[in-house]
Amino acid sequence: MPKTLSPSKLIPAGTLYRGREGQWSWVAHRITGVVIFFFLLVHVLDTSLVRVSPEAYDAVIGAYKNPIMGLGELGLVAAIVFHAFNGIRVILVDFWKQGPKYHRQMLWGVLGLWALVMIAFSIRHLSHVFGG
Amino acid sequence: MSTETTEKEPASKVELAPGVGGGGEIPTFDITLKVRRYNPESSDDAYWDEWKLTMYGTDRVLDALHKVKWEHDGSVSFRRSCAHGVCGSDAMRINGRNRLACKTLLKDLDTSKPILVEPIKGLPVEKDLIVDMEPFFQSYREIMPFLVSKGHEPTKERLQSSEERERYDDTTKCILCAACTSSCPVFWTDGQYFGPAAIVNAHRFIFDSRDDAGDMRLEILNDKEGVWRCRTTFNCSEACPRGIQVTKAISEVKQAILTRKI
Repeated sequence: MPKTLSPSKLIPAGTLYRGREGQWSWVAHRITGVVIFFFLLVHVLDTSLVRVSPEAYDAVIGAYKNPIMGLGELGLVAAIVFHAFNGIRVILVDFWKQGPKYHRQMLWGVLGLWALVMIAFSIRHLSHVFGG
Repeated sequence: MSTETTEKEPASKVELAPGVGGGGEIPTFDITLKVRRYNPESSDDAYWDEWKLTMYGTDRVLDALHKVKWEHDGSVSFRRSCAHGVCGSDAMRINGRNRLACKTLLKDLDTSKPILVEPIKGLPVEKDLIVDMEPFFQSYREIMPFLVSKGHEPTKERLQSSEERERYDDTTKCILCAACTSSCPVFWTDGQYFGPAAIVNAHRFIFDSRDDAGDMRLEILNDKEGVWRCRTTFNCSEACPRGIQVTKAISEVKQAILTRKI
């Protein structure tokens, strides 16, 4: 059999490491962490505006009252809720003796709780955003 | 010296009809093997090379690599020694996961798609599948992977109960293949991190009742680049070809540092 040189010979990209639940929960934890950090940055700035001028503060907060920001808030809550529950899971992995053994089951628990909270929150929040 | 034998013993005590094997025909199948190649002498870029091979149902990824090296392209480079999962030489990334090529049966992989073989991540590639293991062994040496005991050497054996032996049994299985360390996302980005393998081997002595340097090893691993870099992604536990509960061992070392109790 001759050696076949494929056209992909020139593509140097390697594959992504195919980790499992542990790796992807860590990736999600990092991403949500960064998202929350940027929110806090903006949040500290807009809240500190009230010390400068209450009118400017009202104007900025008023600008948030539109559907796009409403969906953004939904995303933010989704990120915070995941980060919070997964944070508890990470603590348990480190400090509970059986933690490493049940880390996968705990992740399903985290996602279950996350879905539950998000369904309840979405109904209430979106009816506020789009219900007027 | 010995008495002469007049009659020659038959070559085999089992009479087999010609052409009859032991367990019948071994099924064969075709695979496409893609190997990520790199040769710094010819180019700075890595590239994928592929071969179509006909392999047996009993073959492993290592057999496919052998077939390529022996029959198609002798320049393909990889490490292997015992070829039976003991020496830990042939850890590589197979279909995106760290595995030993000698313990991964081809039939267990999806043979309808090309099988991707790459060097392990996080260590400098020297050629094709061969990486520079020095940073890995450097961390290993730093945790003092040998028995340290105070006082006089006993004249008898150092006694240990079976419970005491059981305490660190899991971490004695390490073969230093680097599958765990090179599966760790922290190690990929921070080469200073000790890595799972060094911590596993520290665990093996920290929890050994005969060893007296546990505190010293805990101090070494209490470093900024020590156990606290672990983000519990469980890639190491997943990758270990010996089934060591690596993340659990790291957690136990973390606990021991916090409580100073072994």
